[in-house]
Amino acid sequence: MLEIKDLQKSFQKDNGIESRVLKGLNLIIADGEFVTVLGNNGAGKSTLFNLISGTILPNEGTIYLDHEDITFMPEHKRSKFIGRVFQSPMKGTAPHLTVAENMALAYGRQNRKNFNWALTRPLKALFREKLAEAGMGLEDKLDSKICDLSGGQCQVVALIMCTIKPPKLLLLDEHTAALDPRTAEDVLAFTSKIIAKDHLSALMITHHLEDAIAFGDRLVMMDDGVVAHDFAGAEKAELTTEQLRTLYHLRES
Amino acid sequence: MSLVIGSLQLGLIYSLIAMGIYISFKVLNIPDLTAEGSFTFGMAVMAVCVTGGHPLVGIFLSLLAGALAGLVTALLHTKLRIPAILSGILTMTGLYTINLMVMGGSSNLTLIGVTTIYDLAGGVLPFTFTIAKILISLVFAAIVIAVLVAFFKTNCGLCIRAIGDNEEMARSSSMSVDLYKTLGLIVSNALIGLCGGLIACDQGYADMTSGAGMLVIGLAAVIIGEAFIRRRTILAGLLSCVLGSIIYRLILAVAVSTRMFPAYAMKLLSAIIVAIALSIPAYKYYKENYQLKKRKKHA
Repeated sequence: MLEIKDLQKSFQKDNGIESRVLKGLNLIIADGEFVTVLGNNGAGKSTLFNLISGTILPNEGTIYLDHEDITFMPEHKRSKFIGRVFQSPMKGTAPHLTVAENMALAYGRQNRKNFNWALTRPLKALFREKLAEAGMGLEDKLDSKICDLSGGQCQVVALIMCTIKPPKLLLLDEHTAALDPRTAEDVLAFTSKIIAKDHLSALMITHHLEDAIAFGDRLVMMDDGVVAHDFAGAEKAELTTEQLRTLYHLRES
Repeated sequence: MSLVIGSLQLGLIYSLIAMGIYISFKVLNIPDLTAEGSFTFGMAVMAVCVTGGHPLVGIFLSLLAGALAGLVTALLHTKLRIPAILSGILTMTGLYTINLMVMGGSSNLTLIGVTTIYDLAGGVLPFTFTIAKILISLVFAAIVIAVLVAFFKTNCGLCIRAIGDNEEMARSSSMSVDLYKTLGLIVSNALIGLCGGLIACDQGYADMTSGAGMLVIGLAAVIIGEAFIRRRTILAGLLSCVLGSIIYRLILAVAVSTRMFPAYAMKLLSAIIVAIALSIPAYKYYKENYQLKKRKKHA
């Protein structure tokens, strides 16, 4: 369970003006809940993700994961149990290492035995099996370098890397935004399959209104540094893109 | 013939510094300038050990000396957040004093008449001293390659490679970037220290100025090797360091033996070789652009 209490973050701009990005955000994500996050540019979505994963630290407020305070835990420690897939396909993988090597790095995230062999036969078999689940022919590319894969394949590898040891929380940062519509569909379908299979708690940022409605159990809309709207269950099922569009326009006027 | 044998033997020893530089520059992607300091540090430590009658201890201590230099640079870089280039320069500068201290305040120390690792093994092996020297150097290079290839196949080694490739990914995959960068720099400089120690044994003296230009020499070997061996696995990379190092020595030997250049022109030649090798991508870029522009003119 992720519990965020009164989270505040402001950045000092070059000209000395302080810009408050998060203004006391509260959010609770139950175990196994898949939440889509909408919001206009500058609403604080990415800042929220950066705070949860620890790349930056908040000015005020606390973040609990499974009742443990992780507000100030170093990034590499919390990435043991928080997986994150980025928008750019190249960001979540080491491009000049092979698929298998990348998987081995991800596999070791919770309990890295530094002086054991990184790649063994049983491990490779496991990786092949996991890659085959995606149905993109990746199981035959175990020894190809990541930079030789397509963008969609890259994102699938990144996604498998984040979930090969099921994390307590999965952060999807517009992870299909850089893909063509067809591939984006495939990657999204695979995403929701993995989330359902391992009962993962997940947060997914998207600008795609249809996706935000179609995927997940709950939809959160951020505005001006707080959660402005929160739809779950039947309420979410009945949402239309028109309604969401109105919410965006409402803010502008 | 003696030219080739001489280049082969020197090339094999200098391949250690090439491998060290390969690890920092190519694998870790950190421009580490500690090399010139750690090279002399290893040399000084070895000289003191050998004159004290401990040639074998000298090998371990020169490794350790290099490792220590690498550790200092790594701490300056990761913990104090000083840019890598400056961290290396700081360590290198500081080491100048340390090296003088190690050698008891004198700027050079002769090893003539004392038993080095080469004399030790050369006396046992049933070959002429020149061949024995090549064999010993070859053994060192082979052991180092075997250990490094194995090391880079462990989780620890893989993490070092990943950090050189994509630091952000490393952080989000729960790797302590600082730890692995430090380990990588320690391994790199340990090799460079050992190289310094072996060079002292080979040339028969340790000199404070020996480290000058070592970085460029190592880099030259790495670049030349890359031109010959295209595969980019760790094993191929290390082998290309050895090959590059030998070819580099050969080029220098030929250049000097033609008597077109005096022996002291070596450093300038190395710098020119490296500059040319490093500018090949730029040359290709200009050439391609030029051809594209020409096509437009004709149309």
